[in-house]
Amino acid sequence: MDSIFFYIVAATAVISGILVVGCKNPINSALSLIMTFFSLATLYVMLDAPFMAAIQVIVYAGAIMVLIVFVIMLLNIRIESGKRYMHTRVMGAILGAVVLIETLYVIMRPASQNLTGGKGPVDAAMVLNVGHTELIGRALFTDYLLPFEITSILLLVAIVGAVLLAKRKV
Amino acid sequence: MDLLMPVVNFGAIMPELILSVVAMVLLLVNVFLKTEQKAYLGYLSLLGIGYSLYVVMTAWGTPQTGFSGSVLQDNFALFFKGIFLVGAALTVLIADQYVRREECNYGELYPLILFATVGMMLMASGTDLMTIFLGLEVLSVSLYVLAGFNRKNLKSNEAGLKYFLLGAFSTGFLLYGMALTFGATGTTRIAEIAKVAAASSAVVQNPLFLVGMLLMAVGFSFKIAAAPFHMWTPDVYEGAPTPITAFMSAGPKAAGFAAFIRVLMVALPTLKADWTDLLWILAVLTMTIGNLIALNQDNIKRMLAYSSIAHAGYALVGFTAGNSIGTAGILFYMLTYTFMNIGAFAIIILVGKKGEPNNNVSDYAGFGFKHPVLALVMTIFLFSLAGIPPMAGFMGKFYLFSGAVKAGYVWLAIIGVLNSAASVYYYLRVMVFMYMKDPTEQFDWVKMTVPVFITLIICVVGVLGAGIWPAYLLGLAQNAMPF
Repeated sequence: MDSIFFYIVAATAVISGILVVGCKNPINSALSLIMTFFSLATLYVMLDAPFMAAIQVIVYAGAIMVLIVFVIMLLNIRIESGKRYMHTRVMGAILGAVVLIETLYVIMRPASQNLTGGKGPVDAAMVLNVGHTELIGRALFTDYLLPFEITSILLLVAIVGAVLLAKRKV
Repeated sequence: MDLLMPVVNFGAIMPELILSVVAMVLLLVNVFLKTEQKAYLGYLSLLGIGYSLYVVMTAWGTPQTGFSGSVLQDNFALFFKGIFLVGAALTVLIADQYVRREECNYGELYPLILFATVGMMLMASGTDLMTIFLGLEVLSVSLYVLAGFNRKNLKSNEAGLKYFLLGAFSTGFLLYGMALTFGATGTTRIAEIAKVAAASSAVVQNPLFLVGMLLMAVGFSFKIAAAPFHMWTPDVYEGAPTPITAFMSAGPKAAGFAAFIRVLMVALPTLKADWTDLLWILAVLTMTIGNLIALNQDNIKRMLAYSSIAHAGYALVGFTAGNSIGTAGILFYMLTYTFMNIGAFAIIILVGKKGEPNNNVSDYAGFGFKHPVLALVMTIFLFSLAGIPPMAGFMGKFYLFSGAVKAGYVWLAIIGVLNSAASVYYYLRVMVFMYMKDPTEQFDWVKMTVPVFITLIICVVGVLGAGIWPAYLLGLAQNAMPF
């Protein structure tokens, strides 16, 4: 049951992901992106990460997508004719196919069957007992305190840069 | 519930902390300065860089770990931090004259350079994939903005946008690689990754682990501008403001190598056979493509861009060797490359006019007669880049290639030497124009400000000093290699 559900959600994510780059109308691309985000949120729920799923929906599918759609409508972007980048698209398709075949070959090797990755200290039972939000909070403010703090510098740099490059008069 | 306290050791990130605080103070001070007073920000940032460099020097030999293993400030990290700080200081010194001439004297320049340096230092000392990634992001975002810094100039805009798009793309590769590695091993601490992989062969054979290594290699190769991930380099180097080009070719390249070396050698020694082959191919491609295309360049900034690709290839030769002399050679090379490249770009700034209409090699015709001393200085830098003794570039290449020979990669060393010989052509071409051609147009009298003068002196001393007495620096570099 779980795996059927997984395949449905994963297929939705991939198809809507292809639509994001394939659609000619930017609004359609943006709406497909929302679909991708929701499929990802579903995958997070299946992985016992409800907090991540909620954040995914609130921040990405909610706030960021509103911003993107808003900007598209504000700028009134023309619908691309789709002819300009034809030769790069062919190259991209060929290279993409090569990478896909390589990946499939590696995964389908007999040696790679039934291999699972390494496991960290957190498992599903622990998430149920302690709570997902609390586990993330603990990790964020103990083991990953430094990366968390670096993020603040990163955001500061991004704000300074955006203001510097986009302001009408510096 | 019990109260969890994070393990904090500010000593391990002291140089980063100093620079971050100084950069934030600069952002505040900037608001109160008029356009013609922005140079004060440069002096302030030099103070910060100097203090940070002092901390780095005093911390030598006393490795410190902090933040429950997120960072490790060992000699390896300290050596690289020294390179970044020297590069940042030289960039600040040459920036003022340029931004005044190009009328893009915005005070944000200096904080952004400092933040970029903070990112580089975190990449060098990060022992957690998250720290390395976020350090790289801080560096990259600062660089995207700095590349587009001359906002009224179309080429600069193009450079910023191009670097941003391709950089974001390559970041995706890096992050995907890190995620797959995390998936295969269950941890992001690079020492733990090595432990998990050494303990079970199932992890090593897991395709996730191998693909993760490959994707991380792609991400880092983009940062160090190794072929075939070098496409962004010429356009960005040409379009970016010249001091920023100098900065990008020195520090961030070294930072990419620092993180690349630490991740491959500490986290993935179990895959050494795989990544050595990969590096071999990367090194040959990078050297050859960089040098071949550089032969054909007329714009001197583009020429130096391709030359910087080729130099990344030489450093990869030492990395492929993987032994003490080869890897110490990378550290030595990155430091001396900082001196010679920033020095060469300083001369380009001096020769350039507003809007940079004269960046072609042919515009240097007759430069040697008009300004004999500056031409001599440029000659020193170009000789060093070409690897001619007694300049530092020769010693650097000597260590890298002898490392490769010692490790048994004789063919790689031969290809490297051949490449190095080919590269002499395009460096000498500039000299031919400087000394053997008549000037096509009248040179303006070069205006040299005191900071640029100081930069040139430091660079000449660095190039000649490290070339004639390399033992001290090499000793430090060997001391810095724990792996």
